[in-house]
Amino acid sequence: MKVAYLSDDRMTGGTVLEVKNLKTWFFTHRGIVKAVNGVDFALNKGECLCLVGESGCGKSVTALSILRLFDSPPGKIVEGEISYSGADLAKCPVEDLRKIRGKDIAMVFQNAQSALNPVFTIGDQIVEQIKTHMDVSKDAALQKARSLLSEMSIPQADRALKMYPHQMSGGMKQRAMIAMSLSCDPGILIADEPTTAVDVTIRAQIMHILGELKTNRKMSIIFITHDLSLVREIGDRAAVVYAGKVVEVAPVADILRNPAHPYTIGLIGCLPDISTELKRLPSIPGSTPNPIDIPTGCAFHPRCPKVMDVCRKVEPELLNISDVQAVACHLYDSQGSTK
Amino acid sequence: MNTNSIQLLHIRDLKKYYSVTAGLIPRPVGEIKAVDGVSLSINEGEVLGLVGESGCGKSTLGRTILRLEEPTSGDITFNGVNVVRLTKNGLRKLRSKVQIVFQDPDSSLDPRMTVGDSIEEALIVHDVKEPEIRAARVAELMEKVGLEAGFVERYPHEFSGGQKQRIGIARALAMNPQLVIADEPVSALDVSVQAQILNLMMDIKEEDGLAYLFISHDLSVVKYISDRVAVMYLGKIVELADKREFFQHPLHPYTEALFSAIASLRPSGKERILLKGDVPSPLNPPAGCRFHTRCHRVMQVCSKEEPELKEAALSHYVACHLYS
Repeated sequence: MKVAYLSDDRMTGGTVLEVKNLKTWFFTHRGIVKAVNGVDFALNKGECLCLVGESGCGKSVTALSILRLFDSPPGKIVEGEISYSGADLAKCPVEDLRKIRGKDIAMVFQNAQSALNPVFTIGDQIVEQIKTHMDVSKDAALQKARSLLSEMSIPQADRALKMYPHQMSGGMKQRAMIAMSLSCDPGILIADEPTTAVDVTIRAQIMHILGELKTNRKMSIIFITHDLSLVREIGDRAAVVYAGKVVEVAPVADILRNPAHPYTIGLIGCLPDISTELKRLPSIPGSTPNPIDIPTGCAFHPRCPKVMDVCRKVEPELLNISDVQAVACHLYDSQGSTK
Repeated sequence: MNTNSIQLLHIRDLKKYYSVTAGLIPRPVGEIKAVDGVSLSINEGEVLGLVGESGCGKSTLGRTILRLEEPTSGDITFNGVNVVRLTKNGLRKLRSKVQIVFQDPDSSLDPRMTVGDSIEEALIVHDVKEPEIRAARVAELMEKVGLEAGFVERYPHEFSGGQKQRIGIARALAMNPQLVIADEPVSALDVSVQAQILNLMMDIKEEDGLAYLFISHDLSVVKYISDRVAVMYLGKIVELADKREFFQHPLHPYTEALFSAIASLRPSGKERILLKGDVPSPLNPPAGCRFHTRCHRVMQVCSKEEPELKEAALSHYVACHLYS
């Protein structure tokens, strides 16, 4: 039995970030919200790893935990490791993290409106970030900001530098934020639902930009989304998150063609797709569990069409079922009845 | 379009403008033409999908049909009744037959009322006097939308998003409406729950012979539920056709771009059309065809003359100079 974090590094330059058994809990008056409850994954150099899941599954908190950007208190990393170039980001002092945030690991958020400072121009904000991390003149920083904005296909970059966020459209703000995140040439970009708040035509533009970052800059990207069709478009590998845990991880093509976990199968099945004609949509009964009160055993068992006795009692481990695919489900381990 | 079916709703040249004021002493400086000359009809038992990006006026159109917004000009006829001229009493009667389901069930349910009371309120407003009949109807509605009858005593915060949307639907169905305007009813829901609600809406439609105006930005969802599809851009309908025809032969370049922008689980292999820039401001829409600033097939005439919505193929209407 092999425990897998699945860093499929045969084609790439090895693992750049590894998250092991991460638990981020929020201690509230209503109880302990176990938002992230044992997440495992590894990010390889130059790949785009997608964290897929529904709202409340813990995918965003996982991303925030990497840079420790959640509110603390009430939030706390209670267990686990986040290995990045020899350091453990889960335990290192905040001063060390500050040097990494924005410089080595940058983040793009869902809502550009609230991520940008409304009282400074876009130019000022990008220059500030560059000067925080690098020893360059203001002119050089401004030059860099201008070229980044043009790289994001923002027309008239000179004018855009002098604009305040409210003067920009939603799509432009999103691109300005991506430009800012790239200002210190980070090796890792975490994109948390960057296209959820924009229209389809703008979404296509943003996805195009992210795709180019992957090819041109060889960036390692963690792409967080609830939308499997975007995963197919940009992802190399995908990790499906349910109730604070990774339940399946595999290369995107494999996971879409041969999903193993009943939740993944349901998630793919219930998506209405433009290319198919359906009389009735398959659906998953019930709704996602409350992270204060996660079901015992396998968290998916109350909604699972293939539930067995063992599922209610024993929590399944994330185990390899092939060289590249791992799944946390009793159907595939020795405790289950099959395989 | 099935020619045997009876027309339920007919809209002709409907306009809804909002005036914009500015300055210390507010003065009108312009008009936002949210809905600018829309004509369409819905037959009994038919689902018309209305697609468009945010700000195109699709929600305003839905609200204006119910006179939740007063139309600036144009005609709305429902079952032969002119909706624009209705008095307060007449409007109440109309609203028992035309109902609306909103995007966000959180803000459309009163947090201080039990869900039973919320559903019952609709019956009280429409003069169902006997409490026993009301209670029986509430129980019937709860069952219809797949909720346990025992839940009537609970408050909205005790329910998940999908359950709340079921309650919103139950409330809309209380008076047996003929038309339900569904304004992005599933876009706030998770995908696994979205499928449940879409199935529920299809079942109800089959059972009760309801018609829907289904407003959405998601073409895949619209494809699943609609009989006909209309595309809106900056306050105008640019394309209108039967579902099959629409998805097989989209004509308008904007529709083409929308199709192309959709990420599919099964890629078509076609080269993607990337639209430049954003939707222009409705305060100052481009002259001529409103789409010409972003169109990948723009011609000279497009910036000068506004194209009319014309029948380009059988029951397939498009407003584009390419087809005139």
